[in-house]
Amino acid sequence: MAQLDIAQKLSILADAAKYDASCSSSGGKKRSSVGGKGIGSTSGGSGICHAYTPDGRCISLLKILLTNSCIFDCHYCINRRSSNVRRARFTAQEVVALTLDFYRRNYIEGLFLSSGIIHSPDYTMEQILEVARSLREDHDFRGYIHLKTIPDADPALVTRAGQHADRVSINVELPTRDGLHALAPEKSETRIENAMGFMQTAIADGADARRRYRYAPVFAPAGQSTQMIVGADTANDRDIVARAGRLYGQFELRRIYYSAFSPIPDASAALPPRRPPLMREHRLYQSDWLMRFYAFTPDEVGDAADPVTGMLPLDIDPKLAWALKFREQFPVDVNRAPKELLLRVPGLGPRAVQAIVQARRWRRLRLEDVGRLTVSLKKLRPFLITDDWRPISLTDRTDLRQLVAPQPQQLDLFAG
Amino acid sequence: MRVVRLDDEDDFDGWRTAARALAAERVPADQVLWQIGDAPTDLFAATAGTALPNRSLTVPKDFLGLAASVCLHRDPQRFSLLYALLLRVLVQPHILQDRADRRISVLRRMQQAVGRDVHKMHAFVRFRELTEGEQSRFVAWFEPDHHILRATAGFFVNRFATMHWSILTPEGSLHWDTRSLTEGPPAEKTDAPGDDPVEAIWKSYYASTFNPARVNSRAMLKEMPKKYWHGLPEAALIPSLVAGASQREREMIARLPTTPRRMGRRPDPS
Repeated sequence: MAQLDIAQKLSILADAAKYDASCSSSGGKKRSSVGGKGIGSTSGGSGICHAYTPDGRCISLLKILLTNSCIFDCHYCINRRSSNVRRARFTAQEVVALTLDFYRRNYIEGLFLSSGIIHSPDYTMEQILEVARSLREDHDFRGYIHLKTIPDADPALVTRAGQHADRVSINVELPTRDGLHALAPEKSETRIENAMGFMQTAIADGADARRRYRYAPVFAPAGQSTQMIVGADTANDRDIVARAGRLYGQFELRRIYYSAFSPIPDASAALPPRRPPLMREHRLYQSDWLMRFYAFTPDEVGDAADPVTGMLPLDIDPKLAWALKFREQFPVDVNRAPKELLLRVPGLGPRAVQAIVQARRWRRLRLEDVGRLTVSLKKLRPFLITDDWRPISLTDRTDLRQLVAPQPQQLDLFAG
Repeated sequence: MRVVRLDDEDDFDGWRTAARALAAERVPADQVLWQIGDAPTDLFAATAGTALPNRSLTVPKDFLGLAASVCLHRDPQRFSLLYALLLRVLVQPHILQDRADRRISVLRRMQQAVGRDVHKMHAFVRFRELTEGEQSRFVAWFEPDHHILRATAGFFVNRFATMHWSILTPEGSLHWDTRSLTEGPPAEKTDAPGDDPVEAIWKSYYASTFNPARVNSRAMLKEMPKKYWHGLPEAALIPSLVAGASQREREMIARLPTTPRRMGRRPDPS
C-alpha cells in the first residue's frame, strides 16, 4: 500500500473520531503563554468554537485518533476489528506538529486525542501520553488538551495523562449493561466504572493537593466527561436519564454527551437497521440541562416521558412536557413565586429567572417586562401571572398542548 | 450645549472622565454633544468645548463594566445613551439590576452585541504565515462589527505571546513582536497574505470531521453566519459538503444573502 501523506491520514483519522460528540474546551484553569517558551492560553471558563461544520456541530479542538486500528470488535464502532475501513496511524510527532500548526493559525483551542486499542491498553495509553507530554514539555504548549483514557491501562499511565490534560474522559458507550454486553462484548461496565472512579479520586486528590501546596501538579482541572450512544440498543429515554443521573452522582462528571447512533459505513449486522431521529438526541441534551441548570431530578425528567414507552416526546421539549403533565403547579406568579418554581415555567431560562428575581425586589412586573427578558411570550403566557395578566382557566384547556407546541413542520429539519 | 471631544471610537477613558465631570454638575444629557476626533461640529457646539475638572462619583460596580462594553458599540448614540444612564443611576442606583426596564434592556443588548462580536473575533480570526527572512509573521484580516480591535488585543497577546503577529482591520491594525504591541493605520484586505499551505490540511480536516448523516445548516448558520465566511478558508467547502445533502438544506445555503460588510453604514439590527 502506498504511503499516506499527512492530509490523507488526517482525513481517515478525523473521520474515525467524529462519532464522538464531545468537543468542548471549557472549564479548568486559566493559562497564558506570556512568559513561556511556547504558545497557548485557556480562559478557565467557557471555550471557543472556531468553526462550525454543516452538521451544526462546533469545531473547538482538533479531534482525531492516533490510529483507527483496533483489537476490539464493538459493533457500533466504525473502527472495529472486523470493519473494512481503511486504516492509518499517526506518529506522536505528526500529531504534535499538526496541533501546533493549526493552533498558530487560530483554527483550534487545542487537541482531543483518542485512539483505537493496538497491541495492548498500556501500549496505546503510552502512545497517547507521548503526544501530550511532548506538547507540554518539549513545546510548552498551554492550550487545551482532552485525552481519552483507556479503561484497562496501568493507573500510573492514566495518572500521568491527567497531569498533562485539561480534561479526561472514558466512554460508558451504552446506557445499559445488557446493551454493552451485546454490542461491545470485549468491554465491561464494571471495568469502565472502576476506571471512572479511579479518575474521580485522582481529580479530587489533585484539587485537594493544589489547595494545600501551591506547586502540586494540576490534575485534569476541567474534570472528566463521558459519552453514551443513543439508539443502538433498546434502552429508552427514561433508562438513559436514570443512568445519567447515577453517573453524575457517582463520578462527579462535568458533562455527559449523547451521540445518536449514526449510520456508519460498513455497518455490522448486529445494529438496528434505522438510526434514531436526531431530535431524540436533542431532547436528551435538553433533559441533561434540566438536571444541571433547572434543579430537576432524574425521576422528574423521567415523569416527562411517556409512561408506557419511557420515551420523551419528540414534538415538544421535556420541560414543556413536564409542565403539561403537572399543570396544577401553574400558573406561577412572577411577582411572588420562589426561584425554583419560576425555573419550571416553560420558556423561562435561568438567566431570565435571575433577572426576574432581581427586578421584582424594586417593583412589580408586568407582562411586557417579562417579554424583554425572554425570546417569546407565546409559550409563557398560559403558565404565568403578572401584574396585568392572569390566564383564565387556560391551563385547563385540553388543547393547551396544541396552543404551545411548535408547528410540526419545524421538525422536518431533524427528521431521519 | 457642551461638547466633549473623545480621542477615538473606543475612548472609554475619555468618556468616563468627561461624564464624571458633567454628572457632578448634573448637566442634562440633552445638553451634551459627544464627538470623536476632529469630526465637524455644528454651530453652537463649536464654542463650548471646555476643560473638565476631575471629579469622582460613586456608581454601582456593574455600571463601569456595562459602560466599558457599550462604548465599543458602533451606534453613534452610545456615549449619549450611557451618559443619560449615568444620571439616572445616580438617582436610582438599583436600576442597573432591573433588566426588564426598557432603557436598561436596550443597553444590555448593546453590551451583549459587543460581547458576541469580541467572542466571534477570538474565534474567527485566521492567521496566514508570512515569511520575512529568517522570521515568520502570522497575519490576519478581520472585519469586526463594533470598535473592538484594541479590546481583543489582550486575548491574542496571551495566546500567541511567542509569535510575531498582525491583525489588520478597516479601522486600524495591531502588531505584536513577542515583546510589545504597536498600533498601525487602517488596512485593506489585500494587505494580508492570500494563502497559507496549512489551509489545505485544515480544509481536509474540516471536510472529514463533518458528518453528512446529520446535516443541520440552520444550526451552523446561527453560530457562523454568512457574513463571516469570506474570512474563513474552510467556509469555501460548505456548498460542496451540503450538495450531497437534502434539497432543503441546499436551498437554505443558496437562499441566504451575504451581508454587506462596511463599518458604520449598516442599521443596527438590535
